[in-house]
Amino acid sequence: MWNKVQVSPKNWGLSDLDIKRFLKDICEAPGVSGYEHHVAKVIKAAFCQFCDEVRQDRLGNVVFYKKGTGESNRPRILLAAHMDEIGLMVTKVEEGGFLRFTAVGGIDPRTIVGQEVILYGKETLAGVIGAKPPHLTDDEERGKGHKIEDLHIDVGLPEDQVRKLAAPGTLAVIRRELIELAGNSIAAKALDDRAGIAVLLTCLDELERLQHSADVYAVATVQEEVGVRGAAVATYGVVPDIGIAVDVTHGEMPGVPEHDVSYIGKGPALTLGPNIHPKVGKELVRLAKEYRIPYQIEVTPGVTGTDARAIQVTRGGIATGLVSIPLRYMHTSVELLDLDDIKQAGRLLAHFIAAVDHEFVEGLPCY
Amino acid sequence: MLLKRLTEAYGVSGDEGDIRDILKEELSGHADEVYTDALGNLFFRKGKGRGPKVMLAAHMDEIGLIVVGFEKSGLLRVHKVGGIDDRVLVSKPVVVGKNKVPGVIGAKAVHLQKPSERKKAIKIENLYIDLGVRSQDEAEKLVSLGDYVSLSAKTREAGDNCLIGKAFDDRVGCAILAELFKEDFDLDITAVFTVQEEVGLRGSGVAAYSIHPDVAIVVESTSASDVVGTKDASHVTTLGGGPAITLMDASYIAPQVIIDLFVQTAEKLGIPHQFRRLTTSGTDAGKIAQTHAGILTGLVSVPCRYIHSPASIININDVQNTSRLVKGVLNVIAEGGLTLETTTEKIK
Amino acid sequence: MKQLLKKLSEAYGPSGREEQVGRMIRDELKDYVDEIYTDNTGNLYAVKKGTGAKIMVAAHMDEIGVIVTFVEEKGFLRFSNVGGVNPHILLGQRMVFANGTIGTIGMEKLDDIKKLTLEKLYIDIGAKDREEAVAKVKVGDIATYNRDVVEAGNRIIGKAMDNRAGCAVLIKAMQELTKTDNEIYAVFTAQEEVGLRGSRTASYRLNPDLGFAVDVTLVGDTPEAPTMDVSLGKGPTVKVKDASVICHPKVKEMLESLAEKENIPYQLEVLIAGGTDAGAIHLSREGIPSGVISIPCRYVHTPGEMVDLDDMANAVRLLTLFLSQPLNMQEIFPCYLS
Repeated sequence: MWNKVQVSPKNWGLSDLDIKRFLKDICEAPGVSGYEHHVAKVIKAAFCQFCDEVRQDRLGNVVFYKKGTGESNRPRILLAAHMDEIGLMVTKVEEGGFLRFTAVGGIDPRTIVGQEVILYGKETLAGVIGAKPPHLTDDEERGKGHKIEDLHIDVGLPEDQVRKLAAPGTLAVIRRELIELAGNSIAAKALDDRAGIAVLLTCLDELERLQHSADVYAVATVQEEVGVRGAAVATYGVVPDIGIAVDVTHGEMPGVPEHDVSYIGKGPALTLGPNIHPKVGKELVRLAKEYRIPYQIEVTPGVTGTDARAIQVTRGGIATGLVSIPLRYMHTSVELLDLDDIKQAGRLLAHFIAAVDHEFVEGLPCY
Repeated sequence: MLLKRLTEAYGVSGDEGDIRDILKEELSGHADEVYTDALGNLFFRKGKGRGPKVMLAAHMDEIGLIVVGFEKSGLLRVHKVGGIDDRVLVSKPVVVGKNKVPGVIGAKAVHLQKPSERKKAIKIENLYIDLGVRSQDEAEKLVSLGDYVSLSAKTREAGDNCLIGKAFDDRVGCAILAELFKEDFDLDITAVFTVQEEVGLRGSGVAAYSIHPDVAIVVESTSASDVVGTKDASHVTTLGGGPAITLMDASYIAPQVIIDLFVQTAEKLGIPHQFRRLTTSGTDAGKIAQTHAGILTGLVSVPCRYIHSPASIININDVQNTSRLVKGVLNVIAEGGLTLETTTEKIK
Repeated sequence: MKQLLKKLSEAYGPSGREEQVGRMIRDELKDYVDEIYTDNTGNLYAVKKGTGAKIMVAAHMDEIGVIVTFVEEKGFLRFSNVGGVNPHILLGQRMVFANGTIGTIGMEKLDDIKKLTLEKLYIDIGAKDREEAVAKVKVGDIATYNRDVVEAGNRIIGKAMDNRAGCAVLIKAMQELTKTDNEIYAVFTAQEEVGLRGSRTASYRLNPDLGFAVDVTLVGDTPEAPTMDVSLGKGPTVKVKDASVICHPKVKEMLESLAEKENIPYQLEVLIAGGTDAGAIHLSREGIPSGVISIPCRYVHTPGEMVDLDDMANAVRLLTLFLSQPLNMQEIFPCYLS
């Protein structure tokens, strides 16, 4: 089932501009959980130049394989970043052609009022999210946040045409182009977790210049936002020795205790806690220090809300790590982060992969 | 006494090393094979036997806390590991990290609280660990982010054949299985001491996956709420009432063959027993039963009052009777007394 | 169909105690399949051998119920829920145990009915005291609604239409399925109502090429119903998504185009809360492309669940046609990217 990749000779690495352009491409591509095929294509186009083989499993996870230099019995490392994003799904066409919808993944309905949407029906339609206007509501109603049942999508078409074009099950995403902010900051939709995809890409690029004996399986996973579903089956298929999830984490903001957040621009957050294999966690910290890569420690007391949750308990148990990019306004269309954190995370992962040898892998089940 | 050693040791979910060490020391001489897996589950295997392959499981981990931040003053901010009632935490002694740095859980003195505050439960956000240091620097020399924090308590005898202590959930299961494993059964037995039960039944599923047993028996500790102010129907189990057999919980429904096996064995051996009279909360049994194409699994528990607190009570008779029951069940299985095969009809 | 549905609906089979329903299904199918077997989760498998695609179709045979947790001195039975039962709906119900013992559900004195919880309810089986009660019912015994099926025109009202209606559809499809190269595993699953447990172990055992669930779904056509474009009587649904599964887009499309081609009425279903066996099947091993055909059902999890016979007949047609067609897995699921 593996497809060989046609590798064209390359003599360049990823520049800042390349990463930003890549992020713009993938963030603006639709890929709501369960329907990731479009963004998968964009991702594949960029990744193929850095890997040897690619396959897609039956749930849609895309696995990029980069062979290690080890002679035989090479360590197997899985990197997972999810390519799905949260979105909206039509549940009912109301009289007048208004579309009722539900959320795919966790959406705060208060953040989508007054947004433009793109509706992927039989045709691609432009629309807006409408609600009863403030003039027609009283003070008490205005004091409350909108619930998803109160909202609808309006595509400005008569009911009969809407029924033809946008049956129940039709998906929509908030329309948002990537916004370049001061310094290295950007804001976009779906940076959770397309930022992780960009980390995987920078890591593969870094690996071109490093010796690594381990085989690398970089996976763009599906359906994370609806319950870390893709990573579970992808890990079952790859059977790695080590699995590292790359996701986003909450950046600092007013009103949230310092110990519950990470700082944007201060390097990737490395998670410790029961979900993380202690030796994998420590090794990431050690390498960050050795290569002077800025990092932060994040402590999660139980399971994390990332692919790491699924990876760890696959088959007979997988040594798991988690590297996160600090990001503000998670699950909105203006998720904000610093590109430098992505680059640093990519470097760290590459050095980690290069450092993994037989001895390290054999030590993982020894407590 | 193994149970005392096991309960006084520290082993919060994800940090079960000390418990592993005690069990390795205790059992290595009795096993043909000893190994751990990537999550830290500890396996002891022995015996051959013609009968089914048996997995015995008890979880090593206990609830606790984990260090997530430092205050400038050197106080530690913590989050809960596993399900703890916040109200249990205040004013308890703890130890922090590998070096077992002692500390206490502090909160604003009651004198300084407003009357309205005094009526409210003290939440974890308003609690901290005090190591007695004066600054963040000093604290950081002693402990690190991600260090596990365990409530500390001695295990003592009390009342009518009872024990007071912490972490009976599930060190009592560990102790029972450790003692049983030393005995001989005509069976291929793997005893697994699992990790991370308290944070979502994480260890048992992968352990069952790698062992792939025909039948599994889980020994747990469960709530005994036979106390003043609780109606009979809500006692869950009765302290001193014998091993509690689970019929159903949030993760598991006992198959009829398993209920029959446990009840008939108890009756034959004259062991007092009871059913767990609550159907909520999940256990390793549910995870194991759902592994591979389904594994026949039984679950029996030692009743424990004030479970998930550092001052809980168990009855030694219950411990002994649970052990006798599991031993009896293993002997029945060894004698071929459990039908594993399910019906198959070839029609054409 | 009507007779079969009546028999299945009135049978006793709460989660974990599905044997009586299982035996009934076995009798219906034994002349139509190559092999029948059970497993230790309680699933029943009926297999039609073949050389083509390996397809698993799950219909759960368990129903919700209540489990006895305590017998009071005066003979009243306290209980807890097995699956999603609502105390307000239980109040005043007649319940039946596996051995035929029947009781009625009573309530402690309560000032505010809104505060009704399961703890305030008990089953009265007419026993004078504990001794008389435990002679009939023990702690751990499970009761279900005791309710006969009635016909209301073309619609059927009864308990456990969730999911005996699905079982009936799958039985009929297996009976009508004559010519196919595909290897079909009809799995009547156990313990769906308590967390998709039977389908999880069954799909691991079978590791099929394709997975299906046949279950009931909610409707949006009753007064102040949830926002949903599904009505009773407008055909079976092809599920797009629920809380447990996002159906494989390709499987969903194949069902839709087959229904269009054969002129079978169908509806598209987006269910906001609740799950079905496909939720467990599609995550088995390396992932199994899965789809769901649902039968619209009003008043789910009450003793008065209502389904439409035409919806069921059309579900049988759709399922039978799907299972009979030649399916080349390589063609249906080529690597999207190659």
